[in-house]
Amino acid sequence: MSGELREKIIQFIHDEYVDDGTEVDDNTPLISSGLVDSFSMVSLKLYLEEEFEIEIDDDEASTEEFETVSRIQSLVSRKLQERH
Amino acid sequence: MAYTNELRTRLTQTLEELSAAGLSKDERYIRSAQGVEIEVEYPLASAPRRVLNFCANNYLGLASHPRVVEAARRGLDERGYGMSSVRFICGTQDSHNELEQRLAEFLGMPEAILFASCFDANAAFFEVFFGREDVIISDRLIHASLIDGIRLCEAQRDTYKNSDTEHLEKKLQMWKERARSICVVTDGVFSMDGMIAPLDRIAELCEQYGALLVVDDSHATGFIGRTGRGTHEHHNVMDKVDVITTTLGKALGGASGGLVAGPPEIVSLLRNRGRPYLFSNAVPPAVIYGALEVMEMLTEGTALRDTLEANAAHFRRRMEAAGFTLVQGESPIVPVMFGDARLAADMARSMLDEGIYVIGFSHPVVPMGKARIRVQLSASHTTEQIDHCVEAFIRCGEKHGVIGKDIGAGS
Repeated sequence: MSGELREKIIQFIHDEYVDDGTEVDDNTPLISSGLVDSFSMVSLKLYLEEEFEIEIDDDEASTEEFETVSRIQSLVSRKLQERH
Repeated sequence: MAYTNELRTRLTQTLEELSAAGLSKDERYIRSAQGVEIEVEYPLASAPRRVLNFCANNYLGLASHPRVVEAARRGLDERGYGMSSVRFICGTQDSHNELEQRLAEFLGMPEAILFASCFDANAAFFEVFFGREDVIISDRLIHASLIDGIRLCEAQRDTYKNSDTEHLEKKLQMWKERARSICVVTDGVFSMDGMIAPLDRIAELCEQYGALLVVDDSHATGFIGRTGRGTHEHHNVMDKVDVITTTLGKALGGASGGLVAGPPEIVSLLRNRGRPYLFSNAVPPAVIYGALEVMEMLTEGTALRDTLEANAAHFRRRMEAAGFTLVQGESPIVPVMFGDARLAADMARSMLDEGIYVIGFSHPVVPMGKARIRVQLSASHTTEQIDHCVEAFIRCGEKHGVIGKDIGAGS
């Protein structure tokens, strides 16, 4: 599941945010690099909530939690565990 | 006094970092009136020299036009220097009202309201109309003033890729059941690359999804479109844009002042609740009189915008023939691409030595690796002056080895 989860997150980030062929991996800075700006973060939050059927509180959708694919993956995994 | 050492040290460090990164903004002193031929003191304390200006927003060449200057002088004589008041106390003259009507009429909108700047207009707008239940979907390359205006309101925010209407439609689909109202925001012409937004398709989508369409047309009002009304005229959607924000600080005389044009309820609420409007001085009489004269000139005919269009086409044609890489487009903003930031800066410096005043733009103002010189044409440039600029580009380009080099033009 974690491999699939990672792939889905990376694919979404590519489709939604990347215009110039930038490669995104587990530790690519997303927010601090400006790839995902504060106005665009909501798309990522909504995607994660719908795709993985989880709820992310606004205070959890922080720039720190969304900084890398790795951190987003941890957040989603935690939410999936809480659900079970 | 509490200007502590800690704060001073921190600020000094920030300034040093800016300088080390080559991002310090050093201002050049202009020692003449604004125009296509100006006198520049650069480097500071050096002897002023006359150069051709290709980096002003003086699109129609009205910044120092005798008719505009004369009208402004009349404003000074008849109505004095300043209003010493905000509009709603004792700062509204009949001429403010007259200019608002003329601007609304020119833009094909029901009403208009003046602000001290378009930055203020954009800062005022969103907070007045949108709250937590609403969403504002903006193009990712909108002007900083729109971004700040959106930040000031409590609405949810989302963005779409620059001018990508398929992406915008996805966002509209996503938000249509999630928000009380949707507002779509774009620049009419994007200032760094001169591209005209696909307003026809954007307007169609806004109609389909019931979204309010707000366009900042600061780099279009007065010259884009057959009679210079702006991007909405260019795309033949004059009646399909809900709100236009724009400036008097560029083509319309270039002094200062901005406006919001739109439905009466929107304008009235801005008069009552727009904070930058309520708490800023009224635009001074000289500027109002000057702008009224500009409106008069623009309704007399299209000669100025026609000349500007021809000038931009001539410059593009000659630069492409010379082997430079340009961002394609139709506006008088013509980015000449160099890719590398230092190369763009070196080219700009060499151009100044040739008597042509242009500026290099690099990251973070434009994307990394997309450094450029942004050339801005004016209706006041003569064909000879434009040719002189192109020839200077060719000489500097040869010197720096950039002509014919493969440089990505994507903005």
